[in-house]
Amino acid sequence: MSAIRLDDVWKEYGDHIVLERITMEVEPRAFIALVGPSGCGKTTLLRMLLGEEQPSRGQIMVDGKPLRAEPDADRGVVFQRYSVFPHLTVLQNVMLGRELRDAKFTARLFGAAGRAAADDAMKLLAEVGLAGQESKYPSALSGGMQQRLALAQAIMRGPKILLLDEPFGALDPGIRADIHLLMKRLWNETHLTVVMVTHDLSEAFGLATRVIALERQRNRPEERERYGATVSRDLEIFPRRSAEPRSSVQPAPIGTTRSGTEHQPGRPGALVLKEQP
Amino acid sequence: MRLVNIRPGRQTRFYLLALPFLLVAIAYFAGSSARLTQNPNDKLLPALPGMVQAVKQMAFEVDPRTGSYLMASDTVASLGRLGSALAISTVAALVLGIVIGLLPGANALLGPFVSVTSMVPPLALLPILFIVMGLGENSKIALIVIGTLPCMIRDLAMKVQELPREQIVKAQTLGASTWQIALRVAMPQTLPRLIDVLRLQLGPAWLFLIAAEAIASDSGLGYRIFLVRRYLAMDVIIPYVAWITLLAFLIDVGLRVMQRRLFPWFASVRAE
Repeated sequence: MSAIRLDDVWKEYGDHIVLERITMEVEPRAFIALVGPSGCGKTTLLRMLLGEEQPSRGQIMVDGKPLRAEPDADRGVVFQRYSVFPHLTVLQNVMLGRELRDAKFTARLFGAAGRAAADDAMKLLAEVGLAGQESKYPSALSGGMQQRLALAQAIMRGPKILLLDEPFGALDPGIRADIHLLMKRLWNETHLTVVMVTHDLSEAFGLATRVIALERQRNRPEERERYGATVSRDLEIFPRRSAEPRSSVQPAPIGTTRSGTEHQPGRPGALVLKEQP
Repeated sequence: MRLVNIRPGRQTRFYLLALPFLLVAIAYFAGSSARLTQNPNDKLLPALPGMVQAVKQMAFEVDPRTGSYLMASDTVASLGRLGSALAISTVAALVLGIVIGLLPGANALLGPFVSVTSMVPPLALLPILFIVMGLGENSKIALIVIGTLPCMIRDLAMKVQELPREQIVKAQTLGASTWQIALRVAMPQTLPRLIDVLRLQLGPAWLFLIAAEAIASDSGLGYRIFLVRRYLAMDVIIPYVAWITLLAFLIDVGLRVMQRRLFPWFASVRAE
């Protein structure tokens, strides 16, 4: 749960201006969809939010503080491809975040801590519909299952912001509909602010609370280099969508990812993640 | 049907596989018998019984002068040198390859240096090694290490750099430090590729081993070949060459099996 503010952000590569005058305010728990024609800098903007690239001008603030200049555990990410690690099994992929957090030197958990992490990971896998797949390698999973795994892996670490780079773009329509339901549920049950890049408008309007379109204002060949894309539409979805209030969800005791006793009626399971200190 | 569409079946494949070996054998023994009918004392192309006799003597009879089985002790000496040199190269290449491949700073510092050193012809350094390290085991092992290590580092660093950027970013979003990325993301994915790199360097490693043994040694497969060359003992040299080839082939097969067993996930990654 984090607020993001972009303050007159520009991105230039040498003489080439990709993005200009991007100013926006993202409230906590929002689900933003970034849309626009290909090559308009959607992904560049996402990479700046990730910390992988720095704005040439302007500033990005998260919760009032300037964004760290490298990716960190506050911001989870799911890419279209290569999001999960091919050399780890499904279970190991999900456990990785916990192991990296709790074992600074070995990056592996053993004994009771390892079992606890594995239990939490198994619950999360069941939550995203991957129960029974835990000992497979990702290459043995379908594309949709790999993206479910990538979501589970990102959420296990408990990020405040989840960045999605065309995560469902390569999936079949039926599978995509299923994973949209999962995405909605995860967004409701965790306390994530989500920013999703997509080129699928129905996906954008179906999931997001707010759709932001990036576009080049000037597109004549001689102008392309010197004028970047900027926010051309900023649409609040009506009727207003908002994540279910967090107060309905019990905060989990330290060390758990999900409340075992509390069960929200009408929902498959209440997914509660502890907030990072 | 076009040639590009003709796929041999299982049985045909086996016959095709055997054919070149068979042709070489036929050519050799035809030449051998032709020469031997002209001159029964000819030493250049010995017949099979002669080679069997020589192998029997080298492999299964105790050498009266040294009190050991020569072929076995030669093999042990050579494999010992090869093994220790490749162990050093492999470990050093793994560490340096990951450091150079993962850290842009280390790449700037060491990348060009490694590229340049991989161009130095190692055999030209052999005299220096003999002068500095003496004629013992160390100089031979050093030659193999110098001959294989720079290429291995360069190849491995390249493989690490080929890991999708997304994976490195993803690991950071899971909170990984540089050390943790190296340990849990880069190294496990580099190990199967290390086996590929090692397999490629086996050929050069044998070359440098035989060369070093030929010049200054008192044991080893290369030493024996160059020793009996003085007596034109082709009946020893040819079985020795065949034996070295078999050893190299078995090591290669062993590495391939190891790669498949230890890294079951790798086949599908490589197929991409």
